[in-house]
Order: sequence, then structure tokens, then C-alpha cells
Amino acid sequence: MMRMLGFAALGLALIFLLGPFLIIAGAGFSSGDLLVFPPQGFSLRWYGAVFEIERFRESFVLSMQLAVGSTVLALLLGVPAAYAMARYQVPGGEWIRTIVTAPVIVPAIIAGLALLRYTVIPLGLPVMAALVLGHTALVAPYAVRVVTVSLTHLRPDVEEAAVLLGATRTGAFFKVVLPNIRNGMMAAFILGFITSFNQVPVSLFLTGPGVTTLPIDMLAAMEFVYDPSIAALSTLLALMSVSIVLIAERVLGLSRYV
Amino acid sequence: MSDPEYLALRNITIAYGKTVAVNDVSISVPQGELLALLGPSGCGKTTLMRAIAGLLPLTTGSIALNKRDITRVPANKREVGLVFQSYALFPHLSVFENVAFGLRLRKISGDQLQQRVDGAIAMVGLQGFERRLPKELSGGQQQRVALARSVVVRPSLLLLDEPLSNLDARLRLEMRSELHRLHRDLGVTMIYVTHDQTEALALADRIVVMRDGCVAQSGTPEDLYERPTSGFVARFMGFENILSVTPEGLAGEPGRLDAATSSVRDARALAWRPQNVVLGQGPFSGRVVGASYQGETTEYLIDSAAGMLKAQSPVVSQRFAPGDAINFDLPFDRAVKLAES
Repeated sequence: MMRMLGFAALGLALIFLLGPFLIIAGAGFSSGDLLVFPPQGFSLRWYGAVFEIERFRESFVLSMQLAVGSTVLALLLGVPAAYAMARYQVPGGEWIRTIVTAPVIVPAIIAGLALLRYTVIPLGLPVMAALVLGHTALVAPYAVRVVTVSLTHLRPDVEEAAVLLGATRTGAFFKVVLPNIRNGMMAAFILGFITSFNQVPVSLFLTGPGVTTLPIDMLAAMEFVYDPSIAALSTLLALMSVSIVLIAERVLGLSRYV
Repeated sequence: MSDPEYLALRNITIAYGKTVAVNDVSISVPQGELLALLGPSGCGKTTLMRAIAGLLPLTTGSIALNKRDITRVPANKREVGLVFQSYALFPHLSVFENVAFGLRLRKISGDQLQQRVDGAIAMVGLQGFERRLPKELSGGQQQRVALARSVVVRPSLLLLDEPLSNLDARLRLEMRSELHRLHRDLGVTMIYVTHDQTEALALADRIVVMRDGCVAQSGTPEDLYERPTSGFVARFMGFENILSVTPEGLAGEPGRLDAATSSVRDARALAWRPQNVVLGQGPFSGRVVGASYQGETTEYLIDSAAGMLKAQSPVVSQRFAPGDAINFDLPFDRAVKLAES
């Protein structure tokens, strides 16, 4: 009896998780001009069409640049921060840990608004700089957390061994620490990239004329055009995220870090 | 010939806040000696060793190595090797690259690098394992890599931190004799940190016993094993029966120190090993409360007026069972005199 209930609950959960995705994916196969489900007829027309739409191409490139740039920045900040907290008794370390992970807890929409109101507008930052700033802040906590996990697998005496063999502390970091947290950094990069690439609430406040990320652009497009290209594009993006995560899981064992 | 003060630790104190881990310790180590730092955990031996390596600063005192004051020399410039208890191999590097690490930092390359790494790997008997990663090796093999990695750079001093404690009993014996051979062949001055007195006795030229951050006693293995001066060292060396000496006689057995034994009257306590307690005859009496068969011998726990005593006697002689009343003797000529109990 309990077993049956368990299976039923699992089934429901799967329907709620996968259902919307299947409906969207299905709607994209429509041969008609309207976004409806079930699709009218069947064609690959809209899956081909998304590559032809200029504005999506532009915002796709921008989203890519933004995701790569802000994730790299977040790692440049996050790796030293994680290292310092893992190896040294940083004064107020608990506070710093909380602050560093706060963006994971604070609703992104509030973070976006605050960033716009109190940083971007007063400083008159250009749109791209504002986006990079916002996304870096958003991604950095993931970088800190994931890198911290992989640092805990590396005993501090391994670094001491390098120092006693003649390496400087900095040398030991580059020769011993970095190679051993490489997988963690890759995992952090992938998580950060996907977080930034799919990000809506923060970007919503920070995008400006002519500079738009792909998800925001899709949101805007839906208000004017209601054809199945949006569904096709959403499906392609979802598949991209899923395949990146699957490959990362295979190669790096991503789930060990999160 | 060999410098008697090759390594000179002078009045070293290491304190963390109010905790004093090492308290005014001075030790001299001649060149080529294998010195064991022996003591229970928390006695300060590991702290002292890390300070010699340069991984911890001294609060006061100085360290000189080969006539050079290294008190303020950073760890990477001291030429002091350390074999870690956990081995601390570089997980991402092969056996060959682990051993080559220190040589590459010294800008040694090509044939010379190859020769020296091969030599070190051969010395610890790991030929054929050069391409393995540390996680593909057994504990004993990792230990050998750690040794090879430390000695290949020809350190002025080699420190070993409980190097055998993570190995099983059989491997421990094997590595012990291997370490002995290595020390003999290389002639490198070594400090061996351990809490295991049998390891220290078997390996060391000289032993320093530490207690609560201080040197409790130092000397050759024979000195310590046969002539401990304090109850602490005596217990460490297997003198499990320690009776304090009072003006009236032995504790719990007043009158047992007669004129014939006046030579032991100046001691604060007397100590006997279990095998030196004579069972079945003698002026002392007690009751057997425990007997455990150990093959060659049987170990007895005896409750007497002088306290709980441990005795060991060959199985072939008479046997006693728990509950038996027993007479026994503590022969004074087999006792060691302790200046403090």
C-alpha cells in the first residue's frame, strides 16, 4: 500500500517536473503560426527558424559573453576567498562565510533592484558593466562553495610538503593546490555559467537599450510575437543546459560538489 | 670528525596564547645520529618537530643547523626534510613526479634528474611503480614514496613524524628495518617522532622522552630501558610496578626495607618489570585477581597491600588462578631506583 502511494507520488512529481517541458517542446514542433498545445501538425520549421532571428542571435552571443565573463570573474574572486577561509583563521570568518553565501538566499529580484538603485545608477555604470557586476555577485557564492568542497579533500600538509621541498607558499598554491582543485573549479564554472545564462530577475533590472540577455529578450519577444519559435528556442536552451550538466557529471562527478 | 652540535635546539619555548606546548627545551644532535623524540600524544613532540621544520615559529629560543642559525630561515630554505604521518603525497602527480618535485624546484633536469629520481625510487624498492598515482598505491608503498621524495633532495636533516603508525603490524616491522638500513646507508641525521617505545628502542641511537612540553629524560636506548629516573619514563619503558619509598619503608609494606637494602633507601620510588616479580615465594603476600595466558608466559594481576601489581611468569612454572592467595617477592637487586615517582 505504502509502496503504491510512493510510486503515485513519484509519478505526480515527474509529471509536474517534466510536463511543462514536454508541452513546450511539443508546441515547438507545430507547423502552424500560433503557440498552442497540442501542436497543429508537425514540422521542424520553428526549430530551424530560431537560428534565423537576428535579435536572438545577438542576445545569445551577449548572454554567452556575460556568462563566461562573470563566471571567470567570480572564480578569480571565489577561489582565493575559499582558500583563505579553508586554510587560515580569518577574523570574522563566520560572518564572511554568511555574507559570501547571502546572494544564494536573498531573492534575486531584490538583489537586482538594490544593485540598480544603489550602485548602477549612482555610479552611472554602462549596461554591460552593470550586468557583469550583477552576474558576478550572483555566481561568486557558487564558486566559493564548490571550491571549498574540493579544498576540504586536499590535506593542508600536502602544501607543507611542497614548502619543505623548497617551494614558496605561492609556488605551492600553483603547483599543488590548483591542480588538485581543478575539477572543483570546472564544476564551479559550469554551475556558474548555467546560473548566469538562465538568469532572469537580476538581468531584468540591469539590461538596457540594445543590450539584452537572451532570457530577457525571449520574455520581451513573447509580448509581441506569439509564434512557436519561443517554444523551440526554450527547448534548445533547456537541452543545452541538460547536456552540459550530464557531460559534467560524467567527466567531473558534478554532484560531488553541490 | 662529526659535529656533536650539528643540530642545536637552545631553550626552545613554543606557546599558543596561554598554552605552552614546548617549555624551555634544549637538545643537541650530533651529525649522523638517529634521535627519537618519544612521548604520549600532547607532550609537545610534534610541535617541536614542526618548529624544527620551520612550519611553526618559536616563541623564544634558537635553532642552529650545521653551525648556521636557522631560527628565522623560512621552511623552504632550511633544507630540512619531513616525512608526514599521512605521507602527504601530491595526489595529482605520479610516483616519479612526486619524487622529482624537489629536484625540479632546484632546477635539476635531464639525465641528472632522471638518475637521481631513479636512484631514490630504487633505494625504496619501488622500481616499476614510477607511473602510478598515489591513490593506486598501498599505505606501505606511499610511505616509501614519501621517504624517497624527502631524501632525494639530500636534506641536511630528515624529520619523520610517526612514520609507521598508519601501517599494519607486519609492514611496520618491515619498514622499521628498512628505515634502519636507509639511515645507515645515507648517514643523514634523523629525528624520529613516535609514541611507540619499541620503535624508539629498536631504531634510535639516542632517545629523548618528552612529557608536558619538557624533556623528561634523554639517553641511549639502554640508558632509558634499564635506568629510567622517573616514574613516567619507567612506566613508558615497561616498569609497570612502581612503589614509592617512604621513611617507614615501601609504601603499603612498612618494614620491608631492612638494613640489607639501605642502598635503595635514598630513592623516592622503586620500580619492577612484571617479569622480575618472583611468584610463589617471598615476604609479600597478596591475591591473584586476574590471569591472562600469553603463550610463552602468563600475566597475573595481583592485589596486595602495596597496590595492584603486574607479574609475568613462564607458563612452564607453577600456575595460579584468580582468587588464589599468593606469596611473592620483589627482589631489590632487580629494581630500578627512581628520583621521582
